[in-house]
Amino acid sequence: MPKMDMIQALNSALDVMMSRDPDVLVFGEDVGYFGGVFRVTDGLQKKHGLKRCFDTPISEGGIIATAIGMGAYGLRPVAEIQFADYILPAFDQLVSEAARLRYRSGGEFWAPITVRSPYGGGIFGGQTHSQSPEAIFAHVTGLKTVIPSNPYDAKGLLIASIEDDDPVIFLEPKRIYNGPFDGHHDRALKTWAESPGSDVPEGHYTVPLGKAAVVREGREATVLAYGTMVHVAKSGIEESGVDAELIDLRSIVPLDIDTIVASVRKTGRCVILHEASRFGGFGGELSALLQERCFYHLKSPIGRVAGWDTPYPHAFEWDYFPGPARLAAALKRVMED
Amino acid sequence: MSPQDPIGASNRPPLQLHIPEPPARPGQAPRFDHLPFSPAGAIRRPDPGVAEPEMRDLPYGLIRVLDDEGNAVGPWDPGLDAETLRRGLKVMAQTRAFDDRMFRAQRQGKTSFYMKSTGEEAIGAAQSMMLDRDDMCFPTYRVLSWLWARDYPMLDLVNQIFSNEGDPLKGRQLPILFSARDYGFYSLSGNLGTRFSQAVGWAMASAYRGDTRIALAYVGDGTTAEGDFHEALTFAAVYRAPAILCVTNNQWAISSYAGIAGAESTTFAAKAIAYGLPGLRVDGNDFLAVWAATVWAAERARTNKGATLIEFVTYRAAGHSTSDDPSKYRPAEEAACWPLGDPIERLKTHLIARGEWSAERHTQMEAELADGVRAAVKEGERIGTLGQSKPPVREMFEDVFKEPDWRVLEQRRELGV
Repeated sequence: MPKMDMIQALNSALDVMMSRDPDVLVFGEDVGYFGGVFRVTDGLQKKHGLKRCFDTPISEGGIIATAIGMGAYGLRPVAEIQFADYILPAFDQLVSEAARLRYRSGGEFWAPITVRSPYGGGIFGGQTHSQSPEAIFAHVTGLKTVIPSNPYDAKGLLIASIEDDDPVIFLEPKRIYNGPFDGHHDRALKTWAESPGSDVPEGHYTVPLGKAAVVREGREATVLAYGTMVHVAKSGIEESGVDAELIDLRSIVPLDIDTIVASVRKTGRCVILHEASRFGGFGGELSALLQERCFYHLKSPIGRVAGWDTPYPHAFEWDYFPGPARLAAALKRVMED
Repeated sequence: MSPQDPIGASNRPPLQLHIPEPPARPGQAPRFDHLPFSPAGAIRRPDPGVAEPEMRDLPYGLIRVLDDEGNAVGPWDPGLDAETLRRGLKVMAQTRAFDDRMFRAQRQGKTSFYMKSTGEEAIGAAQSMMLDRDDMCFPTYRVLSWLWARDYPMLDLVNQIFSNEGDPLKGRQLPILFSARDYGFYSLSGNLGTRFSQAVGWAMASAYRGDTRIALAYVGDGTTAEGDFHEALTFAAVYRAPAILCVTNNQWAISSYAGIAGAESTTFAAKAIAYGLPGLRVDGNDFLAVWAATVWAAERARTNKGATLIEFVTYRAAGHSTSDDPSKYRPAEEAACWPLGDPIERLKTHLIARGEWSAERHTQMEAELADGVRAAVKEGERIGTLGQSKPPVREMFEDVFKEPDWRVLEQRRELGV
């Protein structure tokens, strides 16, 4: 089985789907001839033709609107927004249109679109190349939000998203495009080739939406994470000395409620880790759900480790980024309570 | 000197903020001399295949076929047979009869809301009749004449407006925000302009597949100010999408006149020029001109020459909606003074002048249409009006996703449905 990094795995997913289904087409800013600013669409235009993978004007609203129109026609467009920070001009199209089309038309029309977008920080991206907007989309009924944490999942989840008949926001943690990042920015980077999750089948397979992965089994506490934070959580758990179970949500919506509830009922303690700012973040929803469903199993208050409630800063990258030390401290705290 | 005082500005004349105002307010005499009009037959008809730079005069003219006496004149006369015209007349009259009845139904509390299209019936009627059944219209809430031209079952729309058990949209959507896929009528939403650019994507999909279908989309004059308008025109031009993009300029966006939307010193059709698209400015109250312009734009789209922007110049004769009182912001007699008249009266006059219609037949037709509307409304009332009947509450939870997720299932149980 070939080794792939996350970019190659995503590229492979697009290639597989374009080869299988002539209704799948790929477009966005710089995705065509050039192959994308992160190389995710590299070679697709050459292999599948100009009309299957093409450049668009710099217009996020127009990109998503035309994707919705194509979806209503019967195609399966995969649109790219260059950075999740720049998805907001398309917010009206996503919230008022893509998410509601099936509902408001009584099932006459729907938007089977996939919106890929690199997201997250840890790359000195400053305020507009670092944001994590998943909670904004989680609040929108009718949208699915998916976030992979390794090459195998990235390909399988992207194929599942493209095949899904509902609109999917597919957020790609750009910090781990080339290798897993555990938050230790002062250490040498690992490559995907030497890390788990990089054995990626060449052909078609899916990782189902709405199914979380138990990355590490543990008895004393549960850590919920997704994207880059899965890797940060691994090292944070190690450093804490706590025997914590680590769950990679993989889908924000649909959420695998059964897996997380079972884990927290088992461990009785939970820390939620995400990079997005804390107030109104998805951790709040997770915490509320677990409080409702695991109240009599909880031995301590649910912890949340997240980005601060500030815009994502440039010089303060590692003061902002919720690294392993902060998770370890939170784990020790929930063990003491 | 405070920081607010600019340095060195003392010798310059003060700048003045310009706020466009309509030519007449309540109590004043209506005026339309700010709008460029052309006599019927005066505008040339270029071959639809010619390049856009060859027709940059068109957006500043006004394509008209019917003159003041009801004669069809000039190069844009589509040469329609009398049967087609009688059908167009009937579709327009049915639209008006339906509007009048439903407006009253709202006043009687049978529904929460309604919007009439009085004075604009020619646009949806002619375009719906002219285009193919499998072309797709991306409508606004003011082109229900599109549906009547395709014999949409009136009871279904009545049921939607009453949100009753028979509502095809299952009680989820505001009255008249309709969806009728089989009639080439895309799902409406309350967000202005969003479907204008979706239509371009739909047209791109048809071209991508190598199909022969084209898309038609509407926005009003006010909505041209939304970003979606710019996005639609940009994408339509870039990808040469087979689309007909229509601006229904009825002079008013609720209470703000078209000058506030950017038409004070240009036309909406002229906005096409900068995108490299042809722009036609058409008498929207002239059924024949609407038809002819649509034929022209459809031919251009179907021969891969790309999109056309058409501005239909018309007048919103009724209030914006049942929630609006236009006497608060415009002269009461403005509609009656509108220089392009009434689309039904003008087509009726033309047919009578041709010896193909009569005042008696017209009166009889109106009575029959009113009967048909009354019967449909009665049937809808038997099922139930707003609050008297509704679809099963379970429908509230369906179609959020293709398959409901656990949240929807749990919440449905919580509500006991």
